[in-house]
Amino acid sequence: MPRQLHLSAALDSPGHVDAAHFTALAGLAERAALDFVTLDDSYAAEPLRLDALATFARLAPVTRGLGLVPTVTTTHTEPFHTSISVNTLDWVSEGRAGWLVGVSDTEAEARAFGRKGAAPADELWAEAADAAEVAVRLWDSWEDDAEIRDTATGRFVDRAKLHHIDFEGPRFSVRGPSITPRPPQGRPVIAVTVTAADLAPDAGPGGRARVATAARYADVVLLDAPDRATRLTAATELRLRGGEALRILARIPAALPDGAAADSLLTEVTEGGGGVDGFHLLPADPARDLAALADRVVPALRERGLFRAGYTGRTLREHLGLARPASRYALAATIPSPASAASAGNPTATAEVTR
Amino acid sequence: MTDRPLKQIHLAAHFPGVNNTTVWSDPASGSQVAFDSFRHLAATAERGRFDFFFLAEGLRLREVKGRIHDLDVVGRPESITVLGALAAVTTRLGLAATVNATFNEPYELARRFASLDHLSGGRAAWNMVTSSDAFTGENFRRGGYLDRADRYTRAAETVALAREFWDAAGTGTVRHQGPQFDVEGTLSVPRPPQGHPVVIQAGDSDEGREFAAATADVVFSRHSTLAAGQAFHADVKRRLAAYGRKPDELKIMPGVTFVLGDTEEEAVERAAGIRRAQVSPATAINFLEQVWGVDLADHDVDGPLPAVDPVRDSGLVQGRTSLGDPLEIAAKWRAVAAEKGLSSRELVIEVTGRQSFIGTPASVAAQIDHHVQSDAADGFILVPHLTPGGLDDFVDRVVPLLQERGVFRTEYTGTTLRDHLGLPVPGRP
Repeated sequence: MPRQLHLSAALDSPGHVDAAHFTALAGLAERAALDFVTLDDSYAAEPLRLDALATFARLAPVTRGLGLVPTVTTTHTEPFHTSISVNTLDWVSEGRAGWLVGVSDTEAEARAFGRKGAAPADELWAEAADAAEVAVRLWDSWEDDAEIRDTATGRFVDRAKLHHIDFEGPRFSVRGPSITPRPPQGRPVIAVTVTAADLAPDAGPGGRARVATAARYADVVLLDAPDRATRLTAATELRLRGGEALRILARIPAALPDGAAADSLLTEVTEGGGGVDGFHLLPADPARDLAALADRVVPALRERGLFRAGYTGRTLREHLGLARPASRYALAATIPSPASAASAGNPTATAEVTR
Repeated sequence: MTDRPLKQIHLAAHFPGVNNTTVWSDPASGSQVAFDSFRHLAATAERGRFDFFFLAEGLRLREVKGRIHDLDVVGRPESITVLGALAAVTTRLGLAATVNATFNEPYELARRFASLDHLSGGRAAWNMVTSSDAFTGENFRRGGYLDRADRYTRAAETVALAREFWDAAGTGTVRHQGPQFDVEGTLSVPRPPQGHPVVIQAGDSDEGREFAAATADVVFSRHSTLAAGQAFHADVKRRLAAYGRKPDELKIMPGVTFVLGDTEEEAVERAAGIRRAQVSPATAINFLEQVWGVDLADHDVDGPLPAVDPVRDSGLVQGRTSLGDPLEIAAKWRAVAAEKGLSSRELVIEVTGRQSFIGTPASVAAQIDHHVQSDAADGFILVPHLTPGGLDDFVDRVVPLLQERGVFRTEYTGTTLRDHLGLPVPGRP
């Protein structure tokens, strides 16, 4: 059987603020059995849109298999709130949540909060890495079996399995533990968008910091590259940096006004290539293009044995073929060696142990 | 009250919290975090035509003697996200989230509640709380300490600023300079369907009452007797005129527990059993330590209260609302114990209960109606002791009796939470 593709799509629909619109789009994406959908977000005045994570929470009970990966920014938000919000999306979707990490780089967004000024991209992505570190530690801060409900001793939790995270960084410190128990997936899927230019030898400090964050924390990279050759170079570099478990999906436009466009997309996706695991589709008109995807492109991919006929797993990690990571604190307790203490600072490394 | 028409009762459902009111040792106690539990309780409340569903919040796990408190239900999801999901499986029920004004910024709060209001078709409410403790602050950028005196300043400015953002939504930019905030921003979200999502406020202090009169749509209060409720109701409603507001524009809804039985005796017996489950020996010691401020691990809870005097400001118990001055409380508790001949545990059971309606469905319906018609309240926020089935009996057995009395809706007459509460959509300034 040929290698299975991973497919996802952006639901971005500037100007739409009604739940019915997004419910209809999610229905199409789910009919196509896409791995996940994304929804962009920022604190800019335009375009008109709702909070992305809240919108996807609204979709969770009306979908069954679809992964839900909203953008949540890290520049003006509290890392603690980000962690528990993504965690909660995982609870309400029963294991289908992800987090597309974003930053806020405009002065206008900074003024809306009034806490600090705009900062350069390298600083923003270093801060995003710290926010991801805090999020992961907080998800891990409740071991999976922390809740014991032991009536004999009157204890609801085993406090030895709840952990302070004691993160201290230059921008914030967080004590923990989380107020929300470990999410169904252990760690919701972390995604970062990277461009080939960020990976080039002459990349600027912002690009390099973004790649560093992706390499260390991402389970999925959404890769922007202008052509197949560049994509291959970039994907190879990313895999070297981020490890073999990293899922790389190429971001490609998906305007499908007619059959010819759909066939053209089918050809592009079928040829695959560029060293990626699949594609993240960017519809021009989501309602039209997702319908064409579900009705025309995906069935053809299924005929060729390149894409699943329906969901075989329950969680987003299962769709992506990613193992459920153990809590770093549970690992630390079972392997009390200096090596595990060192790797406890690196969730990617810790996750590798369990894969 | 003889000639006026019957007041209509407002009811809300509080998802069982992370404290000892919630009994987890009962075999019927389900998950406090799985979405199905939230779905069940919200569906039950909507079946009962309740005004709203209420989620509490605490941003740091409680600690005792430097260790995580392990005796009560602990762990809950983030409120606004849960309510966003519940908006998909309910159609009329109001959705209220407790969110702290100390550890959130007004722009983000305004945007999140505006989003929830859109996603729910006008059913969002914000229970605004503040916090001044450095203990909770250790989880946040803002960190440590907000001076206690600044709490209401920040709270008032936060709500005012959120409302400015909602009013300007879709039309323009807010420029605001105040003691707490200096911001300029434009929401990407259109004006919320309710204009302003409903604002709920808790707090019984003089400052809290004044804040509620100036700012809130609903007060989540806590009082123990009919007379205390009437005094609170009269006092808060009296303050409204100074802000150009009518008595109907603020609803007073105390939090209450309830226990039902087929007979009065059965209900009383069941209530006593629930109180014993809520105050285990270990929990009784925890309450004593909260007041005494010293380690009482070896104290015999079936004997008298500790002989030593409490220590003030010991920091032994963290992340929990203070009960008041320890020496005064200890003196009061000793007097009650002596008068009624109670052991330590019996004393804790006696003094830490919430206002509770106990009886047959008919008598509970009558008590609730009496409290509302006597102006001790405009309605109640019901706090079940079991997750998620704790409201089932109330909706099946008490709500129909309130409806028969003509004091509670049989169907929703509006679509938004403001409609249910009889609050007008605020005009833009």
